[in-house]
Amino acid sequence: MSDFPWQSAFEIREQVAGGAASAVDVTRAYLARAEALNPKLSCFLTIDHEGALSAAAQVDRAREAGEDLGPLAGVPIALKDNLCTRGVRTTCASQILGDYIPPYDAHVVQALRASGAVILGKTNLDEFAMGSSNENSSFADVHNPWALDRAPGGSSGGSACAAAAGLAPLALGSDTGGSVRQPAAFCGITAIKPTYGRVSRYGLVAFASSLDQIGPMARSVREASQLLDVIAGHDRRDATSADRETGDYVAACDRGVKGLRVGVVRDLLDGLQDADVRAGVEAALSALEKQGATLVDVSLPHAKHAVSVYYLIATAEASSNLARFDGIRYGLRVPGKDLTETYTKTRAQGFGPEVRRRIMLGTYALSAGYYDAFYLKAQRVRTLIRRDYDTAFESCDLVCTPTTPTPAFALGEKTSNPLEMYLADIFTLPPSLAGLAAISTPCGLSASGLPIGLQLVAPPFEEELLCSAGQVVEDGCGLLESRPAALD
Amino acid sequence: MADAKITLEQVLHVAKLARLTLSDDEARQMQEQLDAILGYMEGLDELDVSDVPPTFHSIPMDAPMRPDVPERCSDRSEILAQAPESEAGGFAVPLVLEVE
Repeated sequence: MSDFPWQSAFEIREQVAGGAASAVDVTRAYLARAEALNPKLSCFLTIDHEGALSAAAQVDRAREAGEDLGPLAGVPIALKDNLCTRGVRTTCASQILGDYIPPYDAHVVQALRASGAVILGKTNLDEFAMGSSNENSSFADVHNPWALDRAPGGSSGGSACAAAAGLAPLALGSDTGGSVRQPAAFCGITAIKPTYGRVSRYGLVAFASSLDQIGPMARSVREASQLLDVIAGHDRRDATSADRETGDYVAACDRGVKGLRVGVVRDLLDGLQDADVRAGVEAALSALEKQGATLVDVSLPHAKHAVSVYYLIATAEASSNLARFDGIRYGLRVPGKDLTETYTKTRAQGFGPEVRRRIMLGTYALSAGYYDAFYLKAQRVRTLIRRDYDTAFESCDLVCTPTTPTPAFALGEKTSNPLEMYLADIFTLPPSLAGLAAISTPCGLSASGLPIGLQLVAPPFEEELLCSAGQVVEDGCGLLESRPAALD
Repeated sequence: MADAKITLEQVLHVAKLARLTLSDDEARQMQEQLDAILGYMEGLDELDVSDVPPTFHSIPMDAPMRPDVPERCSDRSEILAQAPESEAGGFAVPLVLEVE
């Protein structure tokens, strides 16, 4: 295998399909690398040797039999551990699901199996996807492969780390308020948050149902686009799944940006404290302009309220969704003297501090006397945030911001102050609240060698535009030639 | 504490609603943290949104209909295998009502 472990998903598939490498050999090599590096990075919670080798053997048999191979035949992938995998434990990095083995596959897992992808294992995350640094995992802290003392971002920190460190070419995460984009930015890879409804949520453990989307993660825009191609589409098992045509996301990578209008949120960009992030965004904007895009100024006057709105709506929905964890049908049970005490003891022991905090905040926002003042008000301000984008998209095709206000912060830096951690999500929350499609792709390195992420936001179901523009940014100022420094 | 957005008493009430138990220390810390978060959220008060409709769904959608046809569901034993306790083909729970 040439260029292991940095070869692309396309190269792996070509080698496997052409017989230059067997899927089993490729899989063995990635499993060995994951075993060797996981003690240092903690990005995997479960490595599924048996399942991965059996899927790979099936690809090899199909090739020998001359059958048609799927678009990801023999390509290893890492899955966030809140995606249900039949027969393989799915923990959500929570003690309450520590031993849970789903009796079914998520829609995206079925789609991956059908495409010939080889699932290497399940990746670490903030418990129930609640967090921005992966430090809320109840199992272990993930380390950023660019600097081990830095956070990988969250909540899909394990998936971002695995792809960035060459433990798998592809990974899936989930994004409620930035959970694929922010870790992608911190770890120097690309992630796409599809339009709400573009990808079925069937089998994704629910956090905030009006916001959750599953998103592809990879070291290149083209690979992320290929993965989106595999998982996008209608599924009647998710009532919010959109019944409409998907795009040709890989082809879109070659369309360029000629004539495209890119909206720049100028006041926001000028207000950035971090000079490196600002320089990265400016570099990306010049790359887009050089390839024929036009820059126009737009404003998002209500975006500054996104943290308040998001942390009211998402926690309210979470408090309802997480009511199902009661120690009765699956997961942990801590017996009490009666049913109520069994519930309360199970939940108090099974949930970690951040999950409890969010359940509390959400319950409060929905409770009698506070519903109008908090929850309903947040949903009204959400309308204003959505209208900001409606207005912006009258004069542009994409809205551009950084993905995060700073490069990766240090592990432990924000754990003592939950509010400070929430504020770091300021750029990824507004498009989530509006249900829009967004991409984060690298646009440079900071002076201390940490990746910087650019966020592009598109109108609903216009993911193709993200692929076209993301590819131009990657060609102009991406990190494809750089390798995470901490692995040497 | 006079200006607290949420009192310790309210924290304990909400914990009860959420079926969570909190130790005294946990309750005090929760009160402080929620108070800071709710204090920040007061920033929303600068907006008058009384005439703005709420957005419960970001993307307009209707509840889809499908034919009501029975389908195979998961195997019962496989589902019960995940239960902390099961009995006679069902989930076993602590006694809810005393039977005379």
